[in-house]
Amino acid sequence: MSSLNQLVSGLASGAVRIVDLTHTLDPDFPVIVLPPEFGQCARFRMEEISAYDHRGPAWKWHNISMSEHTGTHFDAPSHWISGKDVPNGSVDEIPAEAFVGPVVVIDCSKGAAENDDFELTPEIIAGWESEHGRIPEDAWVLMRTDWSKRRGADYLNMRADGPHSPGPTPEAIRFLIEERNIRGFGTETVGTDAGQGAHYVPPYPAHYLLHGAGKYGLQCLANLDQLPATGAVLIAAPLKIKNGTGSPLRVLAMVTE
Amino acid sequence: MSSPLSPPLKKDPQKRTQSPLRPPEARSRAALGLTAAAAEGRFALQVCDDCGTVQYPPRDVCGSCLSAALEWQDISPAGTLLAETRIRTSINLYFRERTPWRMGSVQLEAGPVVLCHVHGDCERGGAVTLLNRLDASGQGVLLAVPKDRTSNMEDDPQMRALSAAPKHRRILITDLRNPNTPALVSALLEAGASTIFVGEAESWRPHANRDLISGLEKVSVLPLDVTDTSSVQRLAGEIGGKTDILVNNARFLRPGGVLARGDTAFAREEMETNYLGLMRLAQAFGPGMCTRTNDGVNSAVAWVNVLSVFALSNTPDFGCFSASNAAAYSLCQSLRGEFRASGLRVMTVFTGPDDDDWTQPVPPPKVTSKALAKAIVSGLQQGLEDVWCGDVAMEIRERWRRDPKVLERELTQGGEGA
Repeated sequence: MSSLNQLVSGLASGAVRIVDLTHTLDPDFPVIVLPPEFGQCARFRMEEISAYDHRGPAWKWHNISMSEHTGTHFDAPSHWISGKDVPNGSVDEIPAEAFVGPVVVIDCSKGAAENDDFELTPEIIAGWESEHGRIPEDAWVLMRTDWSKRRGADYLNMRADGPHSPGPTPEAIRFLIEERNIRGFGTETVGTDAGQGAHYVPPYPAHYLLHGAGKYGLQCLANLDQLPATGAVLIAAPLKIKNGTGSPLRVLAMVTE
Repeated sequence: MSSPLSPPLKKDPQKRTQSPLRPPEARSRAALGLTAAAAEGRFALQVCDDCGTVQYPPRDVCGSCLSAALEWQDISPAGTLLAETRIRTSINLYFRERTPWRMGSVQLEAGPVVLCHVHGDCERGGAVTLLNRLDASGQGVLLAVPKDRTSNMEDDPQMRALSAAPKHRRILITDLRNPNTPALVSALLEAGASTIFVGEAESWRPHANRDLISGLEKVSVLPLDVTDTSSVQRLAGEIGGKTDILVNNARFLRPGGVLARGDTAFAREEMETNYLGLMRLAQAFGPGMCTRTNDGVNSAVAWVNVLSVFALSNTPDFGCFSASNAAAYSLCQSLRGEFRASGLRVMTVFTGPDDDDWTQPVPPPKVTSKALAKAIVSGLQQGLEDVWCGDVAMEIRERWRRDPKVLERELTQGGEGA
């Protein structure tokens, strides 16, 4: 039996389960908010073209519009200035093999529940490895915070001094890139960086360091509480947008029962 | 004195909503000068350039010397009520259900005797002031009111029919985030509005205005994002049947002309909010409001759109914003035509630069939120179509009327070059 046949029968029997890690594209879903003089991330919008009516009697369809970075989305290296010259840095150039691969989940939900500005540090990663083993090479690393369960204003958690949400320190990201050579890093928050990530050195370390090293980002993920710490496979294929710096996408994980 | 208007009873769900009816609309082209003056609340009649005779009714040649040089001029509205009567029947459907209707003749100090509608508090032989107001057909008509205010004067049924007064009406303000919204809310409440709905976009992004108004009595904050069709449709589904006045103050504004940024992102946002937002609101709320223009004390009566006066002529400092406002103004004119048959009024409020963050570098005079709110309330009470709020708006209007090309040349005055 080939491995693909085994996978198909596993899926059929329920031995392999698919977990959807994607938020619904909804016009009212928060997007990242930048100072207003900067260009802004477009919200998801949907306009009806026809709905079995005088505009098209037998069919219903919509025009949709959004940013590359709206909703659950993928960040390509070319998203950040540090990754602008990385080879194959845009979504249409990334080899398709990169879109399916191993994933590990570092559970920070307890810390994030107690501290909106909770930081993922190298010490937390070391503690996780002592329990679950070394993070495998070329794996996705997802930071679970249960932030995806927040609704409304609690999601961005915007205050007068900016948003407050958990994220990695520059040292943690450096460790994941330099010591573990990960494929990418993903979060449940609106970005791969902490809400206050602008105040690190370098600012927005996850974006700056990951993309500079040709690594990928995933954000606005959901249902990370349904994934095992290790052993799942992530399917995250962005739309093939010419020179695209990212893309909304359906993120799925395969887990074994 | 007039009897005070009682707050309307809750609607009887077994009764059919009364159909919109209108007084006669037909006018000669010459007579439309009266309508143009009424649209901004002025009392004007034709005056002969050659012999100085004030004309009434409007005509093509002077009634005294046959000169064709007749100019519309603002003249004194003071006069004396000569005679009056109450009309108790009419073959016109609009007047038929509103009888008795008071009419009379007024000797104007400026010369002519005019036939006009007469306020219930006017006494025969008494001093009156003539108001030139738009009726439900959107045409200028004259109403004699007592020279000195009487109590509850605005509640006279004939006077109320020539207004879009907020009193006892339910009002939707579309943008909680606009800095002028708290002032609008308090001015409309003070003018007797029974309920104010305030639309809030993106409640996931907190705004200080919410704390200022959400606790007020008679005020409800509801989700509304004019750039999101589904959001507009949802709110219209909920409150479209009890929106009597819609005040669209939703605005997206960024400084700069075409070359300032080199992309279309902000221009698109401006069109999405200022132009398409208006269109979405009109498509969702317009038809329902049009069916309710004859629905008693709290009938649907007016659509208010706040616009930059640079809708008339572009100022390149805010070039793309001006363009979106020009588009919105044009759409308001279309809506006037489309709403006309129902009697729903469209009031365009032209303002100059205000106290918004984005106009911070613009020198004064600026329009305060309070002044804008006051202009909107007074415009509604007078049933106006065009309101010019603030010194800048009034000056631009005058220069635009004098010579649009001269104004354009002045507004586009070059710098020293690159």
